Amino acid sequence: MRRLLPLLSAGLLAGCTGWQSALAPRGPVADDLHGLFWLFTITCALVWLAVMLVLLAALLRRPPDGKARQERAMQHSARAIGGAVAATVVIVAGLTVASFLATRSISAHAEDALVIRLRGYQWWWEATYADPRPDQNFITANEIHVPTGRLVRIELAAADVIHSFWVPNLSGKQDMIPGRANSLAFTARKPGTYRAQCAEFCGLQHAHMALHVVAEPPEAFERWRTAQVAEAARPHGPEEDEGRRILESKACGACHTVRGTQAAGNLGPDLTHVGSRQFIAAGMLPTTRGSLAAWVADPQSIKPGSNMPMVPLTADELQAVSAYLTRLR
Amino acid sequence: MKPWHAAFLTLLLLAGCKREQRQYRLDPAIAESLDRVEVLPVGINGRPPRVITITGDPYRTNAYQLSQGKRLYAGFNCQGCHADGGGGTGPALMNGWWRYGPDAVSIFLSIRDGRPNGMPAFRDRMTPEQIWQLTGYIQSLGATRASGAAPSRNDAMQTRPAENRAPAMSRLPSPYEGGP
Amino acid sequence: MTAALKDRDLRDTALEEKLLHARLAHTWRTPPGLIGFFTTVDHKRIAVRYIITAFAFLFLGGILAMLMRWQLSRPEAGLIGPDLYNQIFTIHGSTMMFLFAVPVMEAVGVLLVPLMLGTRNIAFPRLNAFSYWIYLAGGLVLWVAFVLDMGPDVGWFAYVPLSGPQYSPGKRVDIWAQMITFTEIAALAISVEIVVTVLKQRAPGMRLDRIPLFVWASFVTSLVVILAMPAIVLASTMLILDRLVGTHFYNPSEGGDALLWQHLFWFFGHPEVYIIFLPATGMISSMLPTFVRRPVFGYLALVLAMVSIGLLSFGLWVHHMFTTGLPRVGESFFTASSMAIAVPAGVQIFCWLATIWLGRPVWRVPFLFILAFFFTFVLGGLTGVMVASVPLDTQVHDTYFVVAHFHYVLVGGAVFPLLAAITYWFPKMTGRMMSERLGRWSVALLFLGFNFTFFPMHILGLQGMPRRIYTYQMDLPWGGMNLFVSLCSIALALGFALFAFNAIRSTRSGEAAGDNPWGAATLEWATSSPPPPYNFARIPVVSSANPIWDQGQSLPVASGLSVNRRELLVTTTADAEPEVRETSPGNSIWPFLSAIATTIMLVGSIFTPWAVVWGSIPVAIGLIGWFWPRGTPEDDS
Repeated sequence: MRRLLPLLSAGLLAGCTGWQSALAPRGPVADDLHGLFWLFTITCALVWLAVMLVLLAALLRRPPDGKARQERAMQHSARAIGGAVAATVVIVAGLTVASFLATRSISAHAEDALVIRLRGYQWWWEATYADPRPDQNFITANEIHVPTGRLVRIELAAADVIHSFWVPNLSGKQDMIPGRANSLAFTARKPGTYRAQCAEFCGLQHAHMALHVVAEPPEAFERWRTAQVAEAARPHGPEEDEGRRILESKACGACHTVRGTQAAGNLGPDLTHVGSRQFIAAGMLPTTRGSLAAWVADPQSIKPGSNMPMVPLTADELQAVSAYLTRLR
Repeated sequence: MKPWHAAFLTLLLLAGCKREQRQYRLDPAIAESLDRVEVLPVGINGRPPRVITITGDPYRTNAYQLSQGKRLYAGFNCQGCHADGGGGTGPALMNGWWRYGPDAVSIFLSIRDGRPNGMPAFRDRMTPEQIWQLTGYIQSLGATRASGAAPSRNDAMQTRPAENRAPAMSRLPSPYEGGP
Repeated sequence: MTAALKDRDLRDTALEEKLLHARLAHTWRTPPGLIGFFTTVDHKRIAVRYIITAFAFLFLGGILAMLMRWQLSRPEAGLIGPDLYNQIFTIHGSTMMFLFAVPVMEAVGVLLVPLMLGTRNIAFPRLNAFSYWIYLAGGLVLWVAFVLDMGPDVGWFAYVPLSGPQYSPGKRVDIWAQMITFTEIAALAISVEIVVTVLKQRAPGMRLDRIPLFVWASFVTSLVVILAMPAIVLASTMLILDRLVGTHFYNPSEGGDALLWQHLFWFFGHPEVYIIFLPATGMISSMLPTFVRRPVFGYLALVLAMVSIGLLSFGLWVHHMFTTGLPRVGESFFTASSMAIAVPAGVQIFCWLATIWLGRPVWRVPFLFILAFFFTFVLGGLTGVMVASVPLDTQVHDTYFVVAHFHYVLVGGAVFPLLAAITYWFPKMTGRMMSERLGRWSVALLFLGFNFTFFPMHILGLQGMPRRIYTYQMDLPWGGMNLFVSLCSIALALGFALFAFNAIRSTRSGEAAGDNPWGAATLEWATSSPPPPYNFARIPVVSSANPIWDQGQSLPVASGLSVNRRELLVTTTADAEPEVRETSPGNSIWPFLSAIATTIMLVGSIFTPWAVVWGSIPVAIGLIGWFWPRGTPEDDS
């Protein structure tokens, strides 16, 4: 069984993929890390196996009889230990060099990198797409889009406590620390949605602080970007009108911004295009009208301790608000 | 377990029971009743909802609720007028002078319904629970005695001693610092 | 004759064997009942008490671990909410590190070091008693707070600003920080005692190259404790000041730094791992010869490896901070140093392998635990090499991979040797053997349960599961493996329960053990089981590293100590030649009273800084009583 365990696990490793997995690299940085991981794993597995085999042999072996033979066995052992220590030094030095080379190759720079400023809040993410043209700037939350094949640099900051940004499929993690500026660069090779999750313990809802990275072809990315720069969609029909009125007049607008309306709060995520995102509440629920209504109706049951209060709304008001939020695509 | 240990434990249990319990979600009925303040006809003062007394006055004694109040104080930009309690466009909140009285209900009413000469109403911007949290925090700003539950300093530039180091100011304000 | 017996300076040379034992028993006795319980300074009684308390905390911490596994066994299980879960994992970590692992390792040192050195009590025995009471108070503070729903909830590492004044309201973090202070005082006290005992109280003839390896390990560990603990004393004091008095040590807006905490914490926190691991290696080095029937191979190499691990452990702390964005050059240095510690660790493994290679194994329970140690610790050490690499660490840091790694190192590397040690030295302390049959079952359950519980966590981490999450969502592919892990953890828990059952039952009904049931070589087996309060009626004289094997069960002895005073023999540091006779302090209630006074002061300072001022008065009274001159000569040449 002891032997079987590594084999079994290797099988599991080979078979698994996931949209938040270091074992399914989808970009050059993650590729390098993945290669390094297997280099280390195989080396370490061989070392472990060698030690176990020697241990087994030592247990099964009959110790030598007679003083002269014992003396000789001790001399052999001393030499073997010397050799093993030398081998350890060589292996450790080799792995250090490999690790150092990998660090160099993944810290790539490019002039035309797309820069996204990401700010961690207790328990959501605010993303700012800074553009030299002021009218092309916009802020969004909990979902970022990146063009495939282009280097993306994420500038990391924290608004309250330490968070850590980690998209395992694309790159390693980097902490967001109050009072410090960190950054991280990666390129997505193929279109797809990759999940990122806060990796540094940040309080009550640390478990539900996810961000989705949507990689899409450059044209699709430009379309998305243009749509995001635009103001919020106008309500259609009386129900959505009512929803917008409630959003502006009730407590919602005190914390959330919907560009193009009177809702201009800055305590919670920007909701201008909340309907276009795949998930709400930092990866908690898929965006549907039902889940939006459930979230607004009782956020503390879904994410206990989060800073979204339960705003008293009637059933009709809830209907209207969820209809309007779904419209904000 | 020695009898001495048992006695010590019991004492601690009695002293600290539920001291730091954190209530994240209020039952909707309770949340609604938090808004039921019996206001005197003059509109200055009144009687707090009974549910607050029944639940042990959490907005004044519970550290978590007070810290939520402190978060709201910054989030709703109370500093804009009151600074960090020292006052500016609006009156100071930590010099012991209260235009409408020092009790929780009058502070609650000031926030919820607003007051003449510039204090806006936050009725539609905050939930009643949040207003109570903010009320509790503002009371701790003007407290004359240090409290174990009051928040400590912020991770920001220091503009005043931490709330748990009250009294932040002398009981007697100078004549230039506002007042009644 | 009676008059002669009352003579203060009666020497053991003047008495025959039977009378000598009676006199010594009288001089070194602990009064019966409660008075004795609170006043004793016998290192064995205190150490056993320490060990039992530490295992009680292991049991409590284990319950918390099982609760966490229950919650994580399926996605979005609503069994434990985030607030309680955060308290649970914080207290699990803090209990296991501060209230179980470090104290139990030090306690085994307190128990064995004087016995292995052939002396009658540890140096500063009253400090030893004080240390236990302070440790107990620290543990109670943490657990009482948890029961009252105000347990700390920021992780055993308590990173600021989350643990700072703004984001952790209430007294939860203060309780954690003060618990740290309690355990630091306790650990520092023991370390000082062990260092002095090892340097000055060795049996005549026990030169530096004849010191048992466990004693070397305890000695190096104690030096590491003395050098590492001040960092955390400083860090936690600054945290309390930030929270209580409003200082700005960790406030970036006022010139403080959030990363300062991490540097200070890990400057202590990484050596902490070796504080736990080094005594375990010492246990193995001391037990292994008994079970392969030959002296350990490479004594000098093992000692040097331990010393270099102790030194290197101070140069690795940054590998806990590889994702904080420190400068590249610094990170590369710490990669190299973190990997370099694999070399001395490897030397130890190779020497033990050679020892087994040259010897003839005896398949008893402690030896089986040692084999389980090899299997798991080598694996954990190798994943340690993986997390030492900066780029790899950016993927696995703060994931379940790291959870798996350090449980392999701490459970495989320290708890398995500890359980071996308990089984091995159990007859010495109780006079009875632990059941071999139950022991084998518990080895099997612990070994299989442990590996099946923790090995899959490596994979979970690589699949992206972060640490310290109270739940995970349905759309993440972690459910199946988490369920498997949770189920296997039951086997692990059963293994611990069986071990505890075996130990408790064997104290009453175990097979009687002689003085040296395993046929071991070191001095603790030269006295009776359990040893008398004075350990050795006459101090043995040593002329080899394996005295019993080379000199026989009845060793030559040194004599001339007074029997009417608690006298010890103090020897020179390098060659252990007799220097002076020193009087060891007798029983006293003052350490206990001083510990209560200190507890009141430290707990009070959670609530008001003035407690430090007023609380220092009872502490001063306690210390004055403790050190009140007794009018006995301290030592004689």
